[in-house]
Amino acid sequence: MAHPRHTYTVGEMSEPKQTAEAEDRRGEVHLGNFERSRSVSDTAAVFTVEDLSVFYGDYEAVRNTTLTVRENQITAMIGPSGCGKSTVLRCFNRMNDLIPGARVAGKVLYHDEDLYGPDIDAVEVRRRIGMVFQKPNPFPKSIYDNVAYGPRVNKMKGSLDDMVEEALVGAALWEEVKDKLKANALSLSGGQQQRLCIARTIAVKPDVILMDEPCSALDPIATAKIEDLMHDLAEKYTIVIVTHNMQQAARVSDRTAFFTAEVDRKGVRHGRLIEFDLTSTIFGKPNDRRTEDYITGRFG
Amino acid sequence: MTTPADVGIPSGREDRGGRLGPTRHRPLEVLFHGVLLASLVIGVVFLATLLIYVIARGWARLDSRLWENFNSIRRPERAGAQAAIFGTIWVMALTALICLPVGILAAIHMEEYADKTKWWNRAIELNLQNLAAVPSIVYGILGLGILARQFGLGTSIITAAITLSLLVLPVVVVASREAIRAVPNTIRDGSLALGATKWQTIWKQILPASIPGIATGSILALSRAIGEAAPLLLLGAVTFVAFNPDSLTSAYTVLPIQIYDWIRQSREEFQVLAAAAIVILLAILLAMNSLAIYIRNRYQKRW
Repeated sequence: MAHPRHTYTVGEMSEPKQTAEAEDRRGEVHLGNFERSRSVSDTAAVFTVEDLSVFYGDYEAVRNTTLTVRENQITAMIGPSGCGKSTVLRCFNRMNDLIPGARVAGKVLYHDEDLYGPDIDAVEVRRRIGMVFQKPNPFPKSIYDNVAYGPRVNKMKGSLDDMVEEALVGAALWEEVKDKLKANALSLSGGQQQRLCIARTIAVKPDVILMDEPCSALDPIATAKIEDLMHDLAEKYTIVIVTHNMQQAARVSDRTAFFTAEVDRKGVRHGRLIEFDLTSTIFGKPNDRRTEDYITGRFG
Repeated sequence: MTTPADVGIPSGREDRGGRLGPTRHRPLEVLFHGVLLASLVIGVVFLATLLIYVIARGWARLDSRLWENFNSIRRPERAGAQAAIFGTIWVMALTALICLPVGILAAIHMEEYADKTKWWNRAIELNLQNLAAVPSIVYGILGLGILARQFGLGTSIITAAITLSLLVLPVVVVASREAIRAVPNTIRDGSLALGATKWQTIWKQILPASIPGIATGSILALSRAIGEAAPLLLLGAVTFVAFNPDSLTSAYTVLPIQIYDWIRQSREEFQVLAAAAIVILLAILLAMNSLAIYIRNRYQKRW
């Protein structure tokens, strides 16, 4: 193994065969990435989350989260279902605003600006902070119109054709679709649709890309392509990814936040950040017992 | 350690490997199927009887006189329904112009803007469904009292169109809401996440995706309005009009009223004429419903 980032044993899994397979696939698909590995340094902070709690009505879904997302790094958020990782992710581009009754306490700073400040325009926030969703959600329009949608609604200057091509090249989809840009996006395969959604996101030239379990609906080959793409994208963008897949977090991320759900005295579940550190530390020698239990597959 | 035996997991069948045997005869199944079929046949037979009856009865007068001539009391062999046909077209076109924009915009508000946790929005929702069930004669009274008299619009085409718009508005709103709600939230999220505003999202994603559903529902609503006679009786649709409408305030008649008038006449020729006019009305209805089905099939989206 060429780079320490890819050598963690992800748990003494109970099914060694699966682990071995995953290991094989990793070696095969990501060979290209090893030489290009970025050292994990302390680049500028993009998001500084301080004591963030998220409420849906009276229910506190996530409590007291503090972490920092750094520029041009891939930050992964892992944890079992219902631990609040997606909720935290949706705070970064204020998508939680769309859920009636949702509110936040604490602070989310985006380049030292309070994302939830009174004079912050959520539409502008979402233009700078793009998002890729769990289920590929292309619009029922042509491939071209899907990518052109962002530049159009944002009234971006310049040649639309160039922007579309650039975005599709950036999302490693251009070669596959360049001859059928007018075809309906829904005719693409699931993996292609997800890369189209990534192209659509980078077409508006965002600063950050949020990914909410982007591969959970995809097969392993499509997943591998997206993971490769993430490495490339991290050179230009800051990426935050929520994933159920620990191997994926280990493969792609620089830093990892481990969340879990805790039951309080009244029997209510709250999501909670347990540990946030370099991915190598989280998967190598985690500080918290709960993190270790999770990544070794003893729970979750 | 607990074994399955301890907690009493049911064991498998005793007669493993027994033969499966031929299909059994099940009388109840057959009976049930028969009842279902009979219920369907009742509806179809009635409709077919009606169709055959009116066509057979009106056959003698189903010719160009019907749409080229105006009504004539003294000479039924020369009477036609041109004024009623044109009146129906005018009233329907105006009704569509009024109720479609209002209904669709109201539906957008209810689906995309209204906070459903608030009681007043839920109350509006509930009452909208009640409105759809209000008898049409009540709308006629409303139109007469408020539009014709209070607003001084008189018994004119515009009064009829506004009244019919109110009548079908709840149906248009409900149909449009269904269509808007059928657009998955992932589309809204995808659009908003790209920095589109709410209105851009509605205008460029939600509406185009829901147009087929809205169009289908609206056409079906309009075809209900086209057959309405009750409210228009109150609103002064006259039974003898020897000219086509030429403005919003014209006097007018419509097909259902014309049919009603002819049916009441004692002379046999008028009865035949009424049957012929019913065929015309049914043909218009059929055409509108076919259009609705065509639109639905042509533009249906699969997510």
